Amino acid sequence: MTDIAWMGAALAASRPQAVSALLRYFRDLDTAEEAYQEACLKALTAWPKNGPPRDPAAWLIFVGRNVAIDAKRRSAKQQQLPEEDRLSDLSDAEANIAEAIDAGDYRDDVLRLLFICCHPDLPATQQIALALRIVSGLSLAQIARAFLVSEAAMEQRITRAKRRIGKAGVGFTTPSPIERSQRLAAVAAMLYLLFNEGYSVNSDDAIARAALCDEAIRLARLLLGLFPSEPEILGLAALMLLQHARSAARFDAQGQIILLEDQNRALWDRERIDEGLALLDKALRHKSRGPYQIQAAIAALHGRAASFADTDWTQIELLYALLEQLQPSPVVTLNRAVAVSKAQGAAPALLLIEPLAQRLDGYFYFHGMRGALLLELGCKAEAREAFHRAIALANSPGEAAHIRAQLDQLQQNAHTP
Amino acid sequence: MLYAFLCYNNEAAVMSWSKQHEETVMARLGLVHEKLRQRGKLGPSLRLMATTAATTLVKEKDLVLDGPYAETKEALLGFYVIACDDLEEALSIARELGQANPGGAYEIRPVRLFNNDQLAQGPGN
Repeated sequence: MTDIAWMGAALAASRPQAVSALLRYFRDLDTAEEAYQEACLKALTAWPKNGPPRDPAAWLIFVGRNVAIDAKRRSAKQQQLPEEDRLSDLSDAEANIAEAIDAGDYRDDVLRLLFICCHPDLPATQQIALALRIVSGLSLAQIARAFLVSEAAMEQRITRAKRRIGKAGVGFTTPSPIERSQRLAAVAAMLYLLFNEGYSVNSDDAIARAALCDEAIRLARLLLGLFPSEPEILGLAALMLLQHARSAARFDAQGQIILLEDQNRALWDRERIDEGLALLDKALRHKSRGPYQIQAAIAALHGRAASFADTDWTQIELLYALLEQLQPSPVVTLNRAVAVSKAQGAAPALLLIEPLAQRLDGYFYFHGMRGALLLELGCKAEAREAFHRAIALANSPGEAAHIRAQLDQLQQNAHTP
Repeated sequence: MLYAFLCYNNEAAVMSWSKQHEETVMARLGLVHEKLRQRGKLGPSLRLMATTAATTLVKEKDLVLDGPYAETKEALLGFYVIACDDLEEALSIARELGQANPGGAYEIRPVRLFNNDQLAQGPGN
């Protein structure tokens, strides 16, 4: 039985491995993609007839390679070799192909393909769009929808990005361990960008965008399958799962954002939380700390807490302090201050964020939080001013509405003696 | 006689299922489960997390490896379902079992879904 849904899933799942092996073989992205497409077409007729192959990726690589070689020969007006005959009778050869494609090659192939998309000259959005097109095989229409741009604009963006990486020349030899870990770090950063592209924003496009989060997680799982002992890749996958677990609780019926403290935790996806916790456990066993693991550990403490009040803020503050050491940034300090305000009170938190005023002056969350802390300390006029700054900087109607609600409260309190 | 049914499939393909396809398959399975349940034949059934969540303890060397058990020489001879707080507890239980029964390995894989159905008849009926 080879039903259409099975074939669709098998083709989609095999794409990263197949395209990346074909890329190593042909050293040209367009040829590799065309060869993969051709192989998929052949699969659509061959699989229902002969039954599904044991290793769909190996089948697609073998067939794609032959088809592309054949096309090259034909275009070179050389005599056609009898490759097609072998294609029609693949079942016997299949076991051999699977063994011939070394697992180690697969690993570096897929990493190379992902790494190509992370070219430092490319702006983040182009890196992501390229990965979605080349690695995930999403259609232009799907990607355009997720990025809320027209298909034509997205096509232009991807063509331009492809041209740029075409000139970049990524090495096709087996990478050294140092190169490999550099590539992994770049790819991890790109996957997290992809995830955040789907995670942020308001609810209007939440459904189209959620697909980006799913895809980032799928690609992280793919990487993990190939590099099972990389603590930071484990950490990244855990982080994304733990954050994505909250997605059903993040917006109310009117599409307004619901902050963590007000979310209905019954709506959190327990399966994703459990998988995130399991992956984080595996990562921590390696005793090699890193930013993704720390952020995942923070998300895990939220995931484990039965309610906002039950959250282990002391532990979260320690983790943010650790993250601050590894990756100093005003935004991390701001997050640490949130934990400080819960664990120790508003005054020490305000002290922590005051030095950030200049650097975070254009940042919505800074003013929103400063307002909340000031309000808690009874400095109403200053709080009001901070809230107004925050509203002016809000990234979405939901964010603005959240601040406005606090302002309204301030107003009401002012009227009641 | 009780039979264990071990489910094998192309993991990457199953992980690429759309939500809709996943629900369709689960609904189809649900019908079969219900029929078995009504006849008192269904025992516990479970769905495992992805192999990326697996950890393997090679007993004799006390070697902990990330990922599923990959050797093909050994055969699957049995399994436990044990409630553990975290991976560390799971590993320490596995070590204890390993001391009682040396040789081979334990693949420790978190369970994603657990249907704790009760058989109407005990084993042996």
